[in-house]
Amino acid sequence: MQKKTAYSFPDEILEHVFSFIQSDKDRNAASVVCKSWYEIERWCRRKVFVGNCYAVSPTMVIRRFPDIRSIELKGKPHFADFNLVPDGWGGYVLPWISKMAGAYPWLEEIRLKRMVVTDESLELVAKSFTNLQVLVLFSCEGFSTDGLAAIAAGCKNLRELDLRDSEVDDLSGHWLNHFPDTYTSLVSLNISCLGSDDVSFSALERLVGRCPNLRRLLLNREVPLDKIANLLSRAPQLIEFGTGTYAAELRSDVYSNLVEAFCNCKELKSLSGFWDAVPAYLPVIYSVCSRLTSLNLSYAPIQNPDLTKLVSQCPSLQRMLVLDYIEDSGLEVLASSCKDLQELRVFPSDPFGEEPNVSLTEKGLVAVSSGCPKLQSVLYFCRQMSNAALVTIAQNCPNFTRFRLCLLDPKIADYRTLQPLDVGFGAIVEHCKDLRRLSLSGLLTDCVFEYIGMHAKKLEMLSVAFAGESDLALHHVLSGCESLRKLEIMNCPFGDKALLANAAKLETMRSLWMSSCSVSLGACKMLGQKMPRLNIEVMDEKGPPDSRAESDPVDKLYIYRSVAGPRFDMPPFVWTMDEDFASELS
Amino acid sequence: MIMSENGEGGGRTRGHMGPIIITPSTTFFSLLILHLTQNPYNFLLFLVMEGGLVLLGGGANGGGSGGSSGFSTNESAMSEASSYLAETELELGLGLSIGGPTGKINKASGRILTAKDFPVPRRASMNGGTPPSVTVSGTKRAADQSVPHDGGSPTATSQVVGWPPIRSYRMNSLVNNNQAKAPRAEEEHKGINEEEEEEEDKAIKDGSKLKKPNENLGHIGFIKVNMDGIRIGRKVDLNAHSSYHSLASALENMFLRSAGAEKQQLTMPSRLLDGSSEFVLTYEDKEGDWMLVGDVPWMMFLTSVRRLRIMKTSEVNGLAPRFHERNRTQRSKLI
Repeated sequence: MQKKTAYSFPDEILEHVFSFIQSDKDRNAASVVCKSWYEIERWCRRKVFVGNCYAVSPTMVIRRFPDIRSIELKGKPHFADFNLVPDGWGGYVLPWISKMAGAYPWLEEIRLKRMVVTDESLELVAKSFTNLQVLVLFSCEGFSTDGLAAIAAGCKNLRELDLRDSEVDDLSGHWLNHFPDTYTSLVSLNISCLGSDDVSFSALERLVGRCPNLRRLLLNREVPLDKIANLLSRAPQLIEFGTGTYAAELRSDVYSNLVEAFCNCKELKSLSGFWDAVPAYLPVIYSVCSRLTSLNLSYAPIQNPDLTKLVSQCPSLQRMLVLDYIEDSGLEVLASSCKDLQELRVFPSDPFGEEPNVSLTEKGLVAVSSGCPKLQSVLYFCRQMSNAALVTIAQNCPNFTRFRLCLLDPKIADYRTLQPLDVGFGAIVEHCKDLRRLSLSGLLTDCVFEYIGMHAKKLEMLSVAFAGESDLALHHVLSGCESLRKLEIMNCPFGDKALLANAAKLETMRSLWMSSCSVSLGACKMLGQKMPRLNIEVMDEKGPPDSRAESDPVDKLYIYRSVAGPRFDMPPFVWTMDEDFASELS
Repeated sequence: MIMSENGEGGGRTRGHMGPIIITPSTTFFSLLILHLTQNPYNFLLFLVMEGGLVLLGGGANGGGSGGSSGFSTNESAMSEASSYLAETELELGLGLSIGGPTGKINKASGRILTAKDFPVPRRASMNGGTPPSVTVSGTKRAADQSVPHDGGSPTATSQVVGWPPIRSYRMNSLVNNNQAKAPRAEEEHKGINEEEEEEEDKAIKDGSKLKKPNENLGHIGFIKVNMDGIRIGRKVDLNAHSSYHSLASALENMFLRSAGAEKQQLTMPSRLLDGSSEFVLTYEDKEGDWMLVGDVPWMMFLTSVRRLRIMKTSEVNGLAPRFHERNRTQRSKLI
C-alpha cells in the first residue's frame, strides 16, 4: 500500500472529489499525478470510451478499471459507411461482451458504433447485465430481431434502445412482444432502421401506451401514416418523434386526427422520418413548428414551395437536415427565419444525375452563413463552388467546428475562375480557429494542405478524397496538425515518403486510413517492423501481399495505434504487417 | 521517445550538420531526416516533392494543374538539395524503393528529376512543369476510371466506390424515391434493355456503355446476400458486375473462402447458376417474391432485385413452379 503523508486526504474524500470529474481527459490527467491517485481514480471510474476496439483489449480495460458502469466502443473505420471496408473486416463485440459479462455485472450502459453484433452477443448481454439501462447500436450489423427479443425479454431496467442506422436481419416482427407486460420504463426507442415485417404494430402500441416516461420514439418506414395519430395520442409527452412513411391518400379523418394528435404533443421539439412525404400532409405539423429545434426532412422528397413554406414556420430551429430540394431560395428563407440555427445538412436528391436537377449552389450556403450567426456544423452536398464563396462563408462563420463540403464531382474547380479551391478551404481553416472536423472536395493541390498544416491546429478529423499532387500534401498535414486524431484518405497520389517521415505522428493519432493511394507494400512492412505500437493492416482482395513486389501499391491501408498488439480475428483479405510478417513468409 | 524531429515541420532545426546520434529510441526515419543537409526541411521537401512527381503524379486535370505543386520552397534550397541527391541516394535506397528507377508506377520516367526540371515555384500558379503522366493506382473497379478526366465527368466518378460519401441506407432510400417518380422512364428502358441484351457479351468489356441505363435507374449499390447455414450475411455491389457469371463467381469467392466467425466447411465446387452444386442462388424481388437468379435479362434483374439468398437446393423445389409461372407473365409483358 502507498505511504500516506500527514497531508494527504483519505481515499474516500478523493473519490468523492473525483466523482465530479466526468471528462475522460481530466480523469486521465488526475490518474497520472501520483500512484495513489492512479489507484483511487481507477477504482472509481465509471465510464470508459474506447474509440477503436482494437486499440486495447477487454482484459486490459477490466484490469485497470474494475467497476465500470458505462462503456462505449467503436469498431470499423469511418469509411466503412461508404462501403470501402469489405464485409468480414472485423469489429466483433462478442469478445468484449464475454469478458465484461463476468467482470461488470452492474454494467448499465453499452454504446457501440460500427461493430458486428451477433444475436449471441445480444443474448449474452441480456443474460449478464440485468441492470442494463441503455443499449445503443449505432451503424452496427450482424444481428436479427431474435437478438432484440432477447434484450426485450431480459433487460427489465432498459430505458433506452437505439438501433440507429443499424442493419438488422428481419425474422419476425414479434420481438416487441417480448417486453413483458410489467415493463414500463422505456424512455427512448429508435427503430427507424428496421425493415418490413420487423415491427408488430399492436405490440408497439401497447408498449408505448404503458410507458409513461417515453420521450423519444423514432419509428421505421413501414409504419403507415394513418396509425401515427393513435400512437401519438398514447404518448403526448414525447419530445422527439420520428414518423414512418409520410405518404397516404388524403383523407379528412386521417388528416384531422393527425392535426389533433400533433397539437396535443406540447413538448415536441424534434421531428424526423417523413419517408416518401407528400405535401398534402405537411400542414398537420404546423402547430408544432414554432417549437421545433430539430427537423430532419432528409428522407422527404418534398420540393419548393411546400418545403420552404414549412421551413419558414420554424423560427426556433437549431438543427436542420434536408435534401437539396430546398434549393438556394429555400436556404435564403432558412437564413432569414432561423436565427438560432447551429447545424445544417443538405443531402443530394440525385447524386448520380449528370445534370443538376435542382438549383442548389454555393449561394445557399453563403446565405445561411450570413444569416445564421450561430452556425457551427455544416454538411453540404452541391455541384459547384467558388473560392470567393468559401472565403465569404469563412468570414461569416468563424465559429465553425465541423465543416464538410462534398462537391459531387470530386475534382471540380472553382466554377468562376477555374482555379483550384485551395484558397477557399484555406480561408476556412484560417478563420475558423476551433475547427475540429473538415472534409475536403473539389480540385485541390498541395497548397490547401499547406494551409491546413499551418492553421488547423485544433483539427481532429480530416477526410480527403481525390486531392493533392504529392507526398508534400500529406507531410503538411501530418507535421502541422497538432490535434489530428483521425485521418482518412481515398484516391490521392500519396505514397511512402510522407508516411515514413512522419511515422511517429501516427502514434499520436487514433487511426489513418488510406485507400487507392500509392503506398507501397515495402513501406507498410517497414512501418510494421519499426513501429511496434502501431498495427499496420493491409487489405487487398486480390491476393496475399507476398505474391507481389515490394514496390506494388497496396489497395487499402489502415493504421492505428494499439497497446493490444496485432489482432487475430482478421478475414483472409487483411494482413497485418508486424515483425513476424516477414519471417512468416520466408 | 524522440520524435520531435519527425513531429514538427522539420524546418525549425538549422545547421544540423553533425554526427548522426543514434540513441536507443532513434528510428530509421529520424536518421533519414537528420542526415547531412543544412536545411532538413527543405531537403525533405525537395525529396518528397520530386519523388512525388516521379512516382505518383495523379491529380492531373484538364484544369491545368501542372507538375509543380504550389509549395513555397525557395530556389536556392532546391539547388542546394539537388547537389546532395547523389550522396543520399544510397541512404534513401535502403529497402524503401522510393525515388529512383526502382519506383513503382511510372515506368516511363525512370530517372530522378532534378532542380532544372522545375520552374520557379509560384504559389497558386498551376501552369508549366511536367504534367504528371502516371495514373493513380486507383480503384479496382474498371481501368478507365483511374485516369483522371478533364474536369472529372460525373459518369466516371459515379462508378468509384465510396464516392459520393453517402451511406448506403440513404442511397437506397434515394433509389426508391427516384424509381417511384419515374415509372415511365423504367418502361422505356425495358425496351432498350431488350436490344442491349444481345450485345451484352460484347459490351461487357466496355463497362461504361452498360452503366448508362443503370445510372438512369439510380445507383443500385450494395445489396445483402445471405447463405443458408451462415449467420452473418455479406453485401455485394451489383454495380461492379455486368453479368450473372461475374456475380456468381464473386459470391462463390465470398462465401467459399469466408473465415471470420464461422468456420464451416462449404463444399460448393461448381457454379451456383447451373444447378450442379448443392446450393442455388435466389433473389427477392420488389414484390417480395423469391425467384431463381438467372432467367431474366441482367438489367431487368438489376431493377427488381432487393436481396440475394444462397439457398440449399433441397429447399428450392417449392420455388420453381411459381417462378416459371411468373416468368411466363413477365415475358408476355415484354412482348
